[in-house]
Amino acid sequence: MSARQTYRDALREAHRSALGGDPRVLLIGEDVGRYGGSYAVSRGLLDEFGPDRIVDAPLSELGFVGAGVGAALGGLRPIVEIMTVNFSLLALDPIVNTAASLRHMSGGQFHVPLVIRMATGAGRQLAAQHSHSLEGWYAHVPGLRVLAPATVDDARGMLGAALDDPDPVVIFEHAQLYNVDGTLTAPGGDPDIAHARVRRPGGDVTLVTWGGMLPRTLAAAAELAEAGVDAAVVDLRVLRPLDMATVYESVRRTRRAVLVDESWRSGGFAAELSARLMECAFYDLDAPVERVATAEVPIPYARQLEEAALPQVASIVAAARRCLGGSA
Amino acid sequence: MPVGRYPVPFDRDVAVELLRQMLRIRRFEEACAEQYGLGNIRGFLHLYIGQEAVAAGVVPLLGPEDSLVATYREHGHALVRGVAARSLMAEMFGRATGCCRGRGGSMHLFDAATRFYGGNAIVGGGLPLAVGLALAAKRSGRAGIVACFFGEGAMAEGAFHESANLAALWRVPALFVCENNRYAMGTALERSQARTDLCGHAAAYGLSTRSADGMDVVAVRETAEAAVTEVRAGTPCFLELQTYRFRAHSMFDPELYRERAEVEAWRARGPLHTYTDRLKAQGLYGEAEFLALDAEVAAEVRAAVAYAASAPTEPATELLRDVTVAA
Ligand SMILES: Cc1ncc(C[n+]2csc(CCOP(=O)(O)OP(=O)(O)O)c2C)c(N)n1
Ligand SMILES: [Mg+2]
Repeated sequence: MSARQTYRDALREAHRSALGGDPRVLLIGEDVGRYGGSYAVSRGLLDEFGPDRIVDAPLSELGFVGAGVGAALGGLRPIVEIMTVNFSLLALDPIVNTAASLRHMSGGQFHVPLVIRMATGAGRQLAAQHSHSLEGWYAHVPGLRVLAPATVDDARGMLGAALDDPDPVVIFEHAQLYNVDGTLTAPGGDPDIAHARVRRPGGDVTLVTWGGMLPRTLAAAAELAEAGVDAAVVDLRVLRPLDMATVYESVRRTRRAVLVDESWRSGGFAAELSARLMECAFYDLDAPVERVATAEVPIPYARQLEEAALPQVASIVAAARRCLGGSA
Repeated sequence: MPVGRYPVPFDRDVAVELLRQMLRIRRFEEACAEQYGLGNIRGFLHLYIGQEAVAAGVVPLLGPEDSLVATYREHGHALVRGVAARSLMAEMFGRATGCCRGRGGSMHLFDAATRFYGGNAIVGGGLPLAVGLALAAKRSGRAGIVACFFGEGAMAEGAFHESANLAALWRVPALFVCENNRYAMGTALERSQARTDLCGHAAAYGLSTRSADGMDVVAVRETAEAAVTEVRAGTPCFLELQTYRFRAHSMFDPELYRERAEVEAWRARGPLHTYTDRLKAQGLYGEAEFLALDAEVAAEVRAAVAYAASAPTEPATELLRDVTVAA
């Protein structure tokens, strides 16, 4: 397949092939059926697969996510869609206390092959209850695998691999990516759910990011290139378990690292990355690690305030320049 | 089903005030839709058109000592409560002189002066808040009840069930107003509740329950009056108002889940024109008076838009204010 398609379409294709390939797979979520999905990912799937496979759930996040855990335990392969990460907070209990813990606390007797997908992120003036980036919280929890597809290849490829994982997988889809288009490099996309990818090679500084921040980090790298700075961009793709080898490999070459994280700075995921660089790559670094993160404020509605709160191309470029010690 | 089978039983002032408030909401909402189209309002915008009789019928029964909690579909409630139209419109424009300094937008309108506690966009999120506000009112010995507005979709959330029980258990002065517009985004009530008799859910927790035609502002007001009286006397109540939203859920909704004919049938029962017709038929109000009222309301809305359009924006240097108390 070489035609361009959107991230949304790639996700829909991934669902279609998962549903078509395994009768145990079903999609559960609010408005995934009749409405067509709040971000239109599942549009048309109800007609194609029927209401037993595409299950509209009432506004009961704790209930239907918990039921997804039980259904996975009982032999089904549920994909549970939560509209937005903010609403997933109503379902933290079944995700953290049950799904993530069950294998261990049952002494390995039970496991939960559940996939939970949700939209995440800011940038659309949706204010404080629809805009947060909490994937770092989920990545804190042992027992979960946490994915952040940022390309059409990943949107197409990761879902099937997540369903094959015997343990719970949480997939974060940045709301600003749904309309982004691209071309698949392989018919099934990229099914790797274990490794980071170098999206742009470079020798001067390594920009590390994931999910919704990838496009603007690549834009920052392009801007740096115009100024003669050769920035590498590493897309983590998988936040847990974390593939640091790919990051170290790049940092060893560039000796400088800038971490771009859409969550709040304090205790954000970039803090974990920075700590690992300190622990394992300290002597490879020529400069302190830089973080570009969101200001410590609930995301405000007004456009200029939201923009000021979030990492922007200019702030990434500025951080890279600081890291290069003004030599660029 | 016709709307309102009996003559309007109120004196002329009350009767006209109900009309005026519904008209204010309608014209304000139409202006919001227009400004959204122009890009001046952004993000999610949930219009209340079709449901005006609920806010117009219930909110004026609350006094200054009472509190309100609402959802993201709350422009009408805020307007009737007395938050200035221009301050609401400026908020939706994201301006510094908006009621929340541009931090909240359409979904998060708050106003301390009128005890308007939002503007809650987590479905069901307002319900426990209302229980706590009512508990505080009761404990402080202050007069005052709390009216909490929410959609029927929220009744599937655990928050509803826990809050209903707490309110009844603690006997707090809370009025739960369920605006049953039959859909939660694209999910019809029959597909979200095994038991669609909503009062039955509330009664199970020991709340006193009432239900009325939410398209009939007269029925809304009379039923709400009885409920408010009961709440003031200390019994938490649940009020179901059967209504309908004429517009899409938000500005992004392709409306694949309902038939045009259904929408048209409900439009025919629209709260504004059916009530206006009744007032006219009864000789309580004439066409000329209606036109004058409409012009007055249109001027208020126009002024609100003009105010918002020329209002200052908050500089980005102010980004971090109001996260916690200033040092
Ligand atoms: C906890 C939570 N889940 C999902 C949503 C997304 N959402 C916003 S409004 C809505 C429908 C709510 O329906 P209802 O309670 O009937 O109110 P209405 O919109 O009809 O006024 C949904 C699903 C949300 N805001 N919060
Ligand atoms: Mg509803």
